[in-house]
Amino acid sequence: MSAASAVPQIEFDAVVKSYGTGRLVLGGIDLTIQKGEFVSFIGPSGCGKSTVLKLISGLTPASGGSIRIDGMTPKDARESISFIFQDATLLPWRTVRENVGLGLELEHAAAEIRKKTTAALLDLVGLDDVAAAYPRELSGGMKMRASIARALATSPRLLLMDEPFAALDEMSRDRLNEELLRLRAEQKWTAVFVTHSVAEAVFLSTRIIVLKPNPGRIHAIVPVDLPFPRTAELHESPEFEKLVMQVSHSLREALKR
Amino acid sequence: MRKRLIAVANALAVFGALLLLWQLVIWIFQVQPYMLPSPWAVAKAVSKRFPSLMTSLAITGEEALGGLIASVIVGVLVALLFAQSGWVRKMLYPYTILLQTVPIIAIAPMILSWVHAGGPAVTLIAFIISLAPVIANTTQGLISVDENLVNLFLMHNASPAQVVLKLRLPHAVPSLFVGMRIASGIAVIGALTGELFAGSSQVGQGGLGYSILYASSQNQTDYTFALVLATVVLGFSFLFVVMFLEWQFLHRWHESALVPENQ
Repeated sequence: MSAASAVPQIEFDAVVKSYGTGRLVLGGIDLTIQKGEFVSFIGPSGCGKSTVLKLISGLTPASGGSIRIDGMTPKDARESISFIFQDATLLPWRTVRENVGLGLELEHAAAEIRKKTTAALLDLVGLDDVAAAYPRELSGGMKMRASIARALATSPRLLLMDEPFAALDEMSRDRLNEELLRLRAEQKWTAVFVTHSVAEAVFLSTRIIVLKPNPGRIHAIVPVDLPFPRTAELHESPEFEKLVMQVSHSLREALKR
Repeated sequence: MRKRLIAVANALAVFGALLLLWQLVIWIFQVQPYMLPSPWAVAKAVSKRFPSLMTSLAITGEEALGGLIASVIVGVLVALLFAQSGWVRKMLYPYTILLQTVPIIAIAPMILSWVHAGGPAVTLIAFIISLAPVIANTTQGLISVDENLVNLFLMHNASPAQVVLKLRLPHAVPSLFVGMRIASGIAVIGALTGELFAGSSQVGQGGLGYSILYASSQNQTDYTFALVLATVVLGFSFLFVVMFLEWQFLHRWHESALVPENQ
């Protein structure tokens, strides 16, 4: 079934998740994410942010309720999903080029397509100079670029990101945030993003979901109506600051419970 | 380059000093040649019996190499089996420890009753005692893959074969080399030990172990020393070859093979 724009891309219906001996991680999440949205999950540690991504990707099954992606189960929808992890998770024995081509290779794409797509993406994230280098020769920011390029190489319709820039310094982080939005404008994927940083969430998102812990539930949903394209200057605008304050306040409330 | 020359010169200087010390001990304490031959006597023994020394070296080298290659092939296959699941590992791992702790000297006669004395029996012994480090290290490498890398492969609907061939095996290569380094030394010792029991006793056909036994029983201390020297050379060559292969495979990407710049 093709995903017409009217069809919601992700539907959470009373989703519950517990691990092992019944420790409840997520206690009933109802949420619909529309196609083209950039949704960020933010919340104190232990609120199940990363679990949300694992559920959407089908890497872990829900303990109750249902999750549909484009009307399919998460596992069946995997073909259209890419996951960017907290670490760049590059294969150290492969060059940058070979790493970026990994997804296509695993999905048995023709060599010709692989070569063309890989080259285009390396160019897009500005890594064409270091295509033949090995990951250990790259800076943290460059590794993350390679990781993003690899995720985009399989033309996903949904991009899941688990604190991808948490380990980077603030300058690289801001640059990559801007680039991420530029790539999204070009490629129009839907994004679900997990972060600790309020400013990052406001800068990137169309909607921010604030979670509260024990067990993880939705505390508040904050729409971000700042216009695109967004550039680094946005950080200085009063609207931006107002939203950061609003989300920060909501986070404090979530902790107080 | 200059640093390397200095390092080589230093190593040679230490070697020279040791030879000198050896000779001095003999002069000062009037040590009899059958107790401790002089470096010069050993050198003479080497040159006089060079062809048979080389024959022994080749025989032992072949047996040890055969054992090492077999333990790498079998060890990697067993490790792949172990990596399949935790319960397979728990069920079978104790037997690898058994391999490591079994006194080879005690079971060598038994092996002789299975396989005829000579090369194959010795190779089998070398194989048995060098197998455990290959299994243990390779298994560790196969199972210690970052969970998110496995998740990454799953997200691309990778087949189990793809996960093994494109993720677990390459990830295990550095550990395999750690195992091979240990195994290379043990394989030589294993071949030597094996020959003490199972070596061919035909004249001029014995490996280093057999020849050491024979030469020392004949009080040919100088030749015994020459044979021990040949064993050391053999062990070093094995280690050197393994380390060379390791560098070839890993230097482009792995930290362990980084060229030390500031040493």
